[in-house]
Amino acid sequence: MANADCIIIQGSNMAECHPVGYQWVAEAKARGAKVIHVDPRFTRTSAVSDRHIPIRAGSDVVLLGALINYVLTNDLWFKEYVTAYTNAATLVHEDYRDAEDLGGLFSGFDPEKRAYDTSSWAYAEKGDGAIDEPGPGSEHGADATARAAGHAFGSGGPPLEHAEVQRDDTLQDPRTVFQIVKRHYARYTAEMVRDMCGIDAADFEYMVRAITENSGRDRTTCFAYAVGWTQHSLGAQFIRAAAILQLLLGNIGRPGGGIMALRGHASIQGSTDIPTLFNLLPGYLPMPSAGRHDSLEDYLSVIGSKKQKGFWADADAYTVSLLKAWWGDAATADNDWAYDYLPRLTGAHGTYETVMGMLEDEVEGYFILGQNPAVGSAHGRMQRLAMSHLKWLVVRDLNLIESATWWKDGPEIESGELRTEDIETEVFFLPAATHVEKAGSFTQTQRLLQWRHQAVAPPGECQSELQFFFELGQRIREKLAGSEDERDRPLLDLTWDYPTDEHGDPDAEAVLAEINGRHLDGPDAGKPLSAYTELRADGSTAAGCWIYTGVYADGFNHAANRKPGQEQGPAAPEWGWAWPANRRILYNRASADPAGKPWSERKKYIWWDEEQGKWVGDDVPDFPVDRAPGSKPDPSVGGPAALSGDDPFIMQADGKGWLFAPKGLVDGPLPTHYEAQESPVANALYPQQQSPARLVFPRSDNLSAPSAGTSGADIYPYVFTTYRLTEHHTAGGMSRWLPYLSELQPEMFCEVSPELAAERGLEPYGWATIISPRSAIEAKVLVTDRMRPLAIGGHTVHQIGLPYHWGVGNSAVVSGDAANDLLGVTLDPNVQIQESKVASCDIRPGRRPRGRELLDLVAEYQVRAGITIETGNRAVTDPAAEGIEPGPGKDGRTAGGPG
Amino acid sequence: MGQLSGPTDPTADAHWEHNHPRKGFFTDTSICIGCKACEVACKEWNHNPQDGNLELLGSSYDNTGALGASTWRHVAFIEQGQERIIEARESGRALVNLGMPRIGPPAQAAPAVTDLAEADTTPPDTADFRWLMSSDVCKHCTHAGCLDVCPTGALFRTEFGTVVVQDDVCNGCGTCVAGCPFGVIERRSNGTVKVATSREEQHAKHPEVPNVGIAQKCTLCYDRLVADETPACAKACPTTSIKFGDHDDMVETARERVATLHAQGMTEARLYGANENDGVGGTGSVFLLLDEPEVYGLPPDPRVPTADLPQMYRRAGMAVAGMAAAAALAFLGGRA
Repeated sequence: MANADCIIIQGSNMAECHPVGYQWVAEAKARGAKVIHVDPRFTRTSAVSDRHIPIRAGSDVVLLGALINYVLTNDLWFKEYVTAYTNAATLVHEDYRDAEDLGGLFSGFDPEKRAYDTSSWAYAEKGDGAIDEPGPGSEHGADATARAAGHAFGSGGPPLEHAEVQRDDTLQDPRTVFQIVKRHYARYTAEMVRDMCGIDAADFEYMVRAITENSGRDRTTCFAYAVGWTQHSLGAQFIRAAAILQLLLGNIGRPGGGIMALRGHASIQGSTDIPTLFNLLPGYLPMPSAGRHDSLEDYLSVIGSKKQKGFWADADAYTVSLLKAWWGDAATADNDWAYDYLPRLTGAHGTYETVMGMLEDEVEGYFILGQNPAVGSAHGRMQRLAMSHLKWLVVRDLNLIESATWWKDGPEIESGELRTEDIETEVFFLPAATHVEKAGSFTQTQRLLQWRHQAVAPPGECQSELQFFFELGQRIREKLAGSEDERDRPLLDLTWDYPTDEHGDPDAEAVLAEINGRHLDGPDAGKPLSAYTELRADGSTAAGCWIYTGVYADGFNHAANRKPGQEQGPAAPEWGWAWPANRRILYNRASADPAGKPWSERKKYIWWDEEQGKWVGDDVPDFPVDRAPGSKPDPSVGGPAALSGDDPFIMQADGKGWLFAPKGLVDGPLPTHYEAQESPVANALYPQQQSPARLVFPRSDNLSAPSAGTSGADIYPYVFTTYRLTEHHTAGGMSRWLPYLSELQPEMFCEVSPELAAERGLEPYGWATIISPRSAIEAKVLVTDRMRPLAIGGHTVHQIGLPYHWGVGNSAVVSGDAANDLLGVTLDPNVQIQESKVASCDIRPGRRPRGRELLDLVAEYQVRAGITIETGNRAVTDPAAEGIEPGPGKDGRTAGGPG
Repeated sequence: MGQLSGPTDPTADAHWEHNHPRKGFFTDTSICIGCKACEVACKEWNHNPQDGNLELLGSSYDNTGALGASTWRHVAFIEQGQERIIEARESGRALVNLGMPRIGPPAQAAPAVTDLAEADTTPPDTADFRWLMSSDVCKHCTHAGCLDVCPTGALFRTEFGTVVVQDDVCNGCGTCVAGCPFGVIERRSNGTVKVATSREEQHAKHPEVPNVGIAQKCTLCYDRLVADETPACAKACPTTSIKFGDHDDMVETARERVATLHAQGMTEARLYGANENDGVGGTGSVFLLLDEPEVYGLPPDPRVPTADLPQMYRRAGMAVAGMAAAAALAFLGGRA
């Protein structure tokens, strides 16, 4: 980021939530970069930016779409880059119909399944066909949704049968991606931005000029986002929209370019690389699904076709090496490398489905580690009530967080919904070691692994996660010892042998070595692997996470490298270790032109050295190092060998950056603006109000507020958005127990504009009650000009800001009502993230009622708004407009009966 | 005793016989992100108690209020509208036009920072709103009121030119509290809460608050300086808003930064504490502010009480002489 000439921070409050990373923005600014903050609130990030542009929460695709449209209509796109490096010239199948043609739906929507059949979005094949996914036929969107398959693209794009695409390099064919994108965004104009985002023409002009004047051969612009973009019912599409813009401007794979995903905690990137997600194996290998991935052969044929281009074609080597790392000698060619030891998915098992499963008594036990769902997850009441259905609950944390104490002093005890003596859940609290009390690595947002040494031993019975799970595994294996039951084999055959220190804590470096992998046979047997290209599918290598291979090359812990930046070159390769292959900028082949020369002296990074016949530069080249710029291998060869000299996107099945996504997304191949599940604004772009493929949970405990244009919408007239403050950490487990942090932000508050305060009679620093269809909470009122009412299509939209750090309990230094109690559960279908950055509420002065009266207040609002279980939950807003027969069931849009 | 006012080297004045350069902070509020890491790092290092009643203070994001016996770094948050921003820009420009010494050289070419030649240097549009953040700290004055009035010698001038309380000497008389023109030093009350310094201590009931009743303030991390370490606040600052180093270098850096900002059209930028001819002989901690000092709760023209001592002695001397003369006159007159 320090190399950027312009930085757009949107969907992130970087200075507050990533203050340490913000040093690079500060450095870019000191070098003369322009910094723009687009956010519903004026925050500490806005305070140190060149300009703050207020936006209505959830309208980002309109703004990004308008930027794309502006760039295309004014011919400001980077022609050589786009033509050579993106799929702009690729032809899409003739059956494809755009949202522009179908009132906001793409071709293939099935209103019954509430999901797309994505086959018509495919690339056109030479001849007449479409290039499908590999394996047996196309997967229906509903099945992909259940696997939240979008997560699997953390280190590369979705697979294709092959890469023999049709192209029109003049970009004139109406079926080229370029023309489709152009048509799709034609109505995303500055006027639409004014009417939907509340951004005036001057601000839009300022932003678009800053971006385009700072893109091209000599200059680069980067975007930074965080959960302000992801936590929406179409969150993945927000980021896709930025990706299209950045590809059109040539800002990917180049220094100072990119789209920076600012991760929420010290190693959240690490916990997706080596996942804590239900649907992933290490290195973004998908978790096998029952029916689709029954044998290893099925699995491998589906996750990466040998006929597609690039390095995903070698997914068999990554998979077999993983199985060898986990099951060692028990993984043999005869038993398909113990593939059947892996569990199979039978549906969605994300956190919210699991919680609903608890309410149905389908879940007996629950481990909570490094998380405080009673406060930090959407719909806190549902979370807490669900836990009361468990037989046992284990909470491992630094402090007695609310998720461990809801049974005695939670909000439902106060409201009378739960009585402590009736709760049968057995709750175990196990104290955890802090980050300074254990060794290990953090993987941060740049994919950089940084080693953390143990400073002091944990006090008392506190343990590291490593020690806890190692010991848990040992105890379970002891209990199963001697078992003849087939289902116990995966546990008994696990490689579970780590050296420990005198306290029984496993050596974290031994785990890192296992993740890195080693040779199993041949002259190098036992030696650490040095690159993932050494992995083999024949059982001769083992590696716990293929993308991390190389971090322990030569038996040396490269994550612990600490040579200061000023003592080395611009890419600072000797500080930590970045996956893959210690590469600091991904797809950096794109930093040179198609002929292999730097785009400019100023942005020189990786280039082709004619004399040496290889790619050289400041970083590790992200390309087959000896593949000459003009190479044109036959694409049917498949794999890395099929990559042309101008295919920089080596993890994409066709080697190109995807403006249009023919596969991989379940809710549309191009980002399209839909309103949030709850919105006081009608979608001005399409008759379709909400994302048709969003995941809804129509339940009496998960009601939604009526949207604009339907009766009852005025009962919850305001938008609220949730966020963090610098002074606290997420749900407070690491900050509300610390006096030094608690005194800095001691009380739950809401931020409102002076106009809203006047409209509702809210007193500065007095109390207010905020009511949603799920709950009501109280907060102190911060009246501030930092919150600004927005003029949206002739109406005023007020937004209310709610930090979500506080929770109800008696153990912390400071406590308060939890903002997340107000949220319902509606998910993005690609990755199952909850929509927690925008929802509807009312606000009024004074404290909330206590006990039973609180529930009565919430119910009274629901009745007044006429909410039913169906409210807001239709897939297709206006079936007639879409040419779809209305299905059975009442429509929340016209219904008015009490729920 | 050395000089009582005006430019001087306080370390030499204090008769330290060595070549330690004077140390100090330069706090550049134009790049402060208000994260308060300085407040926390300071309390962590110095084991200072939590203070306050754990309620919102009613002052934007500031909930610690002011510097005091237990809060040695304090971040102020000021929300301002367009009118005030224009005034600040004008008053800053006026300082330059008047050639006032505390603002440094008038706007000149920005120092050669990478790429700045290509940077956009047109004056920014005047925003209609801004949110100022500024981390305040003890000024470690050249002529320190607290030190000059301390009757016990508990306050002393260190070899780094800083001013430090010796907890075991201070008797809590409180004279220094009135002596500080910035309101920095205070006696620690027992209304504060001691914070556990290790996880074992966490569940202990109400550990004893240290140094109750004794004058407390920033030591510029004296215990870290003697070990050649950076003070905790500067070490923790993620954006280098708090810089630490030799006082002369800090003042030089501050002047360059003001010049750069003025060249960019941000004429509201000005220095505070860098004028060695001011009422405290200049401060050891200098600041770059974006508005009048009063806006940040800083006195516009701080003056050490002892600066008037020579004049007071002169007047007292004259009064004594006058009294003596009158007495003599009366005596002589009586005789006559």
